[in-house]
Amino acid sequence: MKQYVMALFLWLLPMTAMAQEEARNVTSMSPDLQDSASLQNGLKLYVNYCLGCHTLSYQRFSRTADDLGIPEALMKDSVMFSSSLSFNDAMHNALSDGDAAQWWGAAPPDLSLTTRLRGVDWVYSFLLGFYRDPARPTGVNNTVYESVAMPNVLEPLQGVQELDCRQARPLALGGGGRCQQLSVTAPGELSPDAFEKAVYDITNFLAYVGEPSRLKAQNIGPKVLFFIFVFSVFAYLLKREYWKDVR
Amino acid sequence: MAAPEKPGGLLGWLDARFPVSRLWRDHLANYYVPKNLNIWYIFGSLALLVLVNQLLTGIWLTMSYRPSPEEAFASIEYIMRDVEWGWLIRYLHTTGASALFIVVYLHMFRGLLYGSYKAPRELVWVFGMALYLILMAEAFMGYLLPWGQMSYWGAQVITSFFSAVPSIGPGLAEWVRGDYVVSGATLNRFFALHVIALPLVILGLVVLHIVALHEVGSNNPDGIEINALKDDAGKPVDGIPFHPYYTVKDLVGVAIFLFVFCGVVFYFPEGGGFFIEQPNFAPADPLNTPDHIAPVWYFTPFYAILRGVNFSLLGLDARFLGVVFMGGAIAVLFVLPWLDRSPVRSMRYKGWMSKLMLAVFIASFVALGVLGVLPPTPVRTRLAQLFTVLYFAYFLLMPLYTRLEKNRPVPKRVTG
Repeated sequence: MKQYVMALFLWLLPMTAMAQEEARNVTSMSPDLQDSASLQNGLKLYVNYCLGCHTLSYQRFSRTADDLGIPEALMKDSVMFSSSLSFNDAMHNALSDGDAAQWWGAAPPDLSLTTRLRGVDWVYSFLLGFYRDPARPTGVNNTVYESVAMPNVLEPLQGVQELDCRQARPLALGGGGRCQQLSVTAPGELSPDAFEKAVYDITNFLAYVGEPSRLKAQNIGPKVLFFIFVFSVFAYLLKREYWKDVR
Repeated sequence: MAAPEKPGGLLGWLDARFPVSRLWRDHLANYYVPKNLNIWYIFGSLALLVLVNQLLTGIWLTMSYRPSPEEAFASIEYIMRDVEWGWLIRYLHTTGASALFIVVYLHMFRGLLYGSYKAPRELVWVFGMALYLILMAEAFMGYLLPWGQMSYWGAQVITSFFSAVPSIGPGLAEWVRGDYVVSGATLNRFFALHVIALPLVILGLVVLHIVALHEVGSNNPDGIEINALKDDAGKPVDGIPFHPYYTVKDLVGVAIFLFVFCGVVFYFPEGGGFFIEQPNFAPADPLNTPDHIAPVWYFTPFYAILRGVNFSLLGLDARFLGVVFMGGAIAVLFVLPWLDRSPVRSMRYKGWMSKLMLAVFIASFVALGVLGVLPPTPVRTRLAQLFTVLYFAYFLLMPLYTRLEKNRPVPKRVTG
């Protein structure tokens, strides 16, 4: 028996190591859907930098405006850039998948559910993880998504980011002790802190888009749980009353 | 007992045509239940509650869901975003699926713990096991409907089990899927079975399960018959009517359960990736196999048994043997009432061997569940084999250890 316990223990050890390995490249963030300013800024950045390629085909302009507290007129003026789209349409763009696949080698995926598929941490780290790599056709590579086809569209905001310990790279790219020291060598419009905040806002917005009902759930949840709690107190008192005569 | 007074009015009219009052008396007001039922006895009521939740939310989901490969995935997002309260209805359904298996597993454990399967309750157990089997089919087919990556590839893996059957296998798998691979044909038939055929069977089996139970009466933690000792009025001295005593007691259990259940529905509907798996947020892609395909958590113990069998035996190839072991792991549960030769029912009075074997069985079941979630490695396959042996040992050695062990004396009256 003892050796089996030992075996079980030994067998669990590498699992913890594996979990760390997967998480190494990823910085964690926690979305805050109550922060409307962040969500609105995320929407603004998304529309300006992302929507041109990445649709949100399950998310309507109208729903977004409602949930984020944006007036319809403002939404139409500054968020909807296509006259062919109506307020109740999903957040589509003018890019066809065929063209996109031809230009970048892969069609940019729809991002409606990306935070639920990959997690918010992944999206956040991905957007922060671009670095200069002259070997790539786009001139950049990514610490989270190796050899990604996407260019660093946020570079005007972020500036040029480099991997510090580049001498380790050619070998390290295949795995092993990968170098993670990123630093901005040519500044962009935003300071590194302000840029991280911008990326946080985009990720926060995508977290909202992944599950817009979370706002409603957060609103109703406490009321439902409070009701059930009160109900259970009365149910218990009723049970106690009935069971008094059971000996 | 004096015959109850004949009611007048509407109830009298009904009673003359349909046994309303008699059903009420026989199954609730005059249905005597042991007074010492503990927390383990709540899970039957909870299973019924969750089943009703699944039926109702399922009906409303069907109103907006479209069973075609082109539309299924998008129609789920339509429900989640555009249908009024659609998100709540869907989360109640997805969380309910896992909740149903949680309460059913606890309900079955109660049966093992207090010997509820032993004579004269063999049929209650057998009907219950049939329910469990159909419930697994129901859950499996329902899981294909969102048409996500894990839906698709899970169905692909599980339907391919049929192809492991010697000689007729490939044709059988094709017949089950209605195609060479999981496709729109599979989706449509699974939808039909999930929303019509299997729910009908489940409801029928629930009726059989409860009718059989009410014929013999509930067991209790002491495993003694309350009908053996009756008072002058012919009522069991250790029994109390189900209504109102257990209706109000179950109401407390229901409230506590709903608190936890709604907590999950409103705050953790993905259940840490176990109730809704992350890869299922990508639409099904028949050309892109995920790195790691794991069935939903409630199937993983059996999946681990299947994967653990990586050797041939008696000329049967490993794949088919795995399916045989997996099927056997479920089939053996059906004959449990005839494997237990102990003169006592409850674990309270059984000997140490029964207690040890039950503990080993539960540990094996949980361990297999964990192994089934993880990607296989040689060490894990070995462990799965070990726990498979222990799983079967609990059942196959039962006729021996239940006869050999020394039991404690059983009291005449329930002990509270």
